[in-house]
Amino acid sequence: MSLISARNLTKTYVVGEVKVHALRGVSLDIDPGDCIAVTGPSGSGKSTFMHILGCLDRPTTGQYFLEDRDVARLSKNELAAVRNHKIGFVFQGFNLLARTTALENAELPLLYNGKSGRASARHKRAMTALEAVGMKPRAHHYPNQLSGGQQQRVAIARALINNPSIVLADEPTGNLDTRTSVEVMEIFQRLNEEQGITVILITHEHDIADYAKRVISFRDGKIVTDSRVEKRRVARTELAALPPPDVTEDEEANRVAATQ
Amino acid sequence: MSIFMTFRIAFRALARNKMRTALTMLGMIIGVGAVITMVALGNGAQAQIEANIATAGTNIVNVNAGNFTSGGVRGGMGAANTLTAEDATAIREEVQGIRYMAAGITNRNRIIFGNQNWQARISGTDIDLPLIKAWTTEFGTFFSSQDVQTSAKVAVLGATVRDMLFGEGEDPTGQIVRIGNQPFKIIGVMTRKGQAALGEDQDDIVFVPYTTVQKKLMRATYIQNITVSAYSADDTTRIADQIAIVLRNRHKITPPDPDDFMVRTLEEMAAVRVQATETMTMLLAGIAGVSLVVGGIGIMNIMLVSVTERTHEIGLRLSIGARGWDVMMQFLVEAVVLSLIGGGIGIVSGFGFSRALTQFVQWPTSVSVDAVAMAFGFAAGIGVFFGFYPARKAARLDPIEALRYE
Repeated sequence: MSLISARNLTKTYVVGEVKVHALRGVSLDIDPGDCIAVTGPSGSGKSTFMHILGCLDRPTTGQYFLEDRDVARLSKNELAAVRNHKIGFVFQGFNLLARTTALENAELPLLYNGKSGRASARHKRAMTALEAVGMKPRAHHYPNQLSGGQQQRVAIARALINNPSIVLADEPTGNLDTRTSVEVMEIFQRLNEEQGITVILITHEHDIADYAKRVISFRDGKIVTDSRVEKRRVARTELAALPPPDVTEDEEANRVAATQ
Repeated sequence: MSIFMTFRIAFRALARNKMRTALTMLGMIIGVGAVITMVALGNGAQAQIEANIATAGTNIVNVNAGNFTSGGVRGGMGAANTLTAEDATAIREEVQGIRYMAAGITNRNRIIFGNQNWQARISGTDIDLPLIKAWTTEFGTFFSSQDVQTSAKVAVLGATVRDMLFGEGEDPTGQIVRIGNQPFKIIGVMTRKGQAALGEDQDDIVFVPYTTVQKKLMRATYIQNITVSAYSADDTTRIADQIAIVLRNRHKITPPDPDDFMVRTLEEMAAVRVQATETMTMLLAGIAGVSLVVGGIGIMNIMLVSVTERTHEIGLRLSIGARGWDVMMQFLVEAVVLSLIGGGIGIVSGFGFSRALTQFVQWPTSVSVDAVAMAFGFAAGIGVFFGFYPARKAARLDPIEALRYE
């Protein structure tokens, strides 16, 4: 059974009087527990494809089965529920709420999961999620007191809080330096291997794509290559080999906080 | 999302922009405060009218010459000169149940004492008037029936007139004043009665026998009004009806022709005044209500700005599983919280302002629970009404577009 099964997806936007074909027939199967990098130049349709996979958008034609449900036919509210329960999003720009602590940012999806649990129970789950990404000591910090890498880890904790089966990451390392990028990729690889979460990440950096198990590349709204990664990079071993950072993250965070 | 969390998020969002929140609330504060103050003023005036009537007695029937309710060009109340002292006598003889009765004719004139003068209402009346109104004298006495019979040039001053001519608290009995260039002897001063319900000064008046006004001041044979009091307040309507019959007979008026007089019970007059006050209250509250609506538009304006500012946040919330409904509730609750807090402060300031009016300007006010409940309900309603459009706009945002918005 495939986790994700896309059949001949197309997406057409009408911009003014011009029709833009963002997707021109994409078919794809993704097995549970896979780790996939989607690459391609801008305008290749990879973002549109991600939006459809993430239930933020619906295809113009074609079918998209998520755990054997045809989500292309779900209502807006049902799509919202799928986003909440099945999918965790990680964005390039982190998208944390300003003036809201890391803990509250992480527990945000719990507010929309349809169960009005106790606040203490929510805090506990958010703490567990923050611990998994090494952010527990900074749970009560505000985003502007955190470095970029720390903010992205909080965003990952938020994506994980409802125990999704898929994590969709859109250029998650786009705003991060090399070392922090490796650290974030280490988290993704760990989640994938230890918890069996399916990770799909969009990237245009080939060295980041090499952390995945499978690379799919888009061009002009179609899949042009789909291959297994032969020499997969392992973030954990690379991290150990890297020289220690010039400034510790705490110092970096303090510097960021001081300039704001 | 639980409603508790929705409220908490709303409070936080509002706390983030304190200045903006305060200014937006100010619109609601002024609106609600104005409505409450206006209604309190109206209610206060009404309560005072009712209190005055209760003290004046509900057993009074007024007869006025002329009839301003009939069509055509007529002079208005007191303008016709068909009502006479003989009519008054006939009423007393023919209508049962009358306790006191006073004919009246009023003349505005200048009253002079030494180098002081004052323009006052010279009320020609009969000896029963103080009995009907339960008025007493501060000094001296009211005039006697003999004074009426002889058209004596005697005067009883209202407290205000005495203050103007002789100084406050003085006893001017025995002094001679000039009214219309004729000497009048002061025989008494009425006890101060204060303002009437609509603010007129009941003490700015001089009482003289009505025959004196007729013969010495106006050279008239008619009277302008008759004040009647019944033994029983329950009897006033019957007495009013019978007076009308007697007068129609004497004035030879047959039903299709309009009366040349008006008979009204004090209760009727009170009802007219209360209704006038009510209309005034509604008008004032309506004008104040406009500012409430303007306040609501202010809320809508700020909520639209807020939705635009937080487009990115909305996109994020939608992407992590918020439904359109959740986003709509978030903004709607924010608008309602704005208007309710504004409304709450408005109620308190309306209370305070009403108190201040009573304290410093001596206007009677009465803040009613109804008005408070209504203002609060209106505030909530305005929050929902003017918050709805921005909230719906937020809820309908496309998550992808919203996330891209910078």
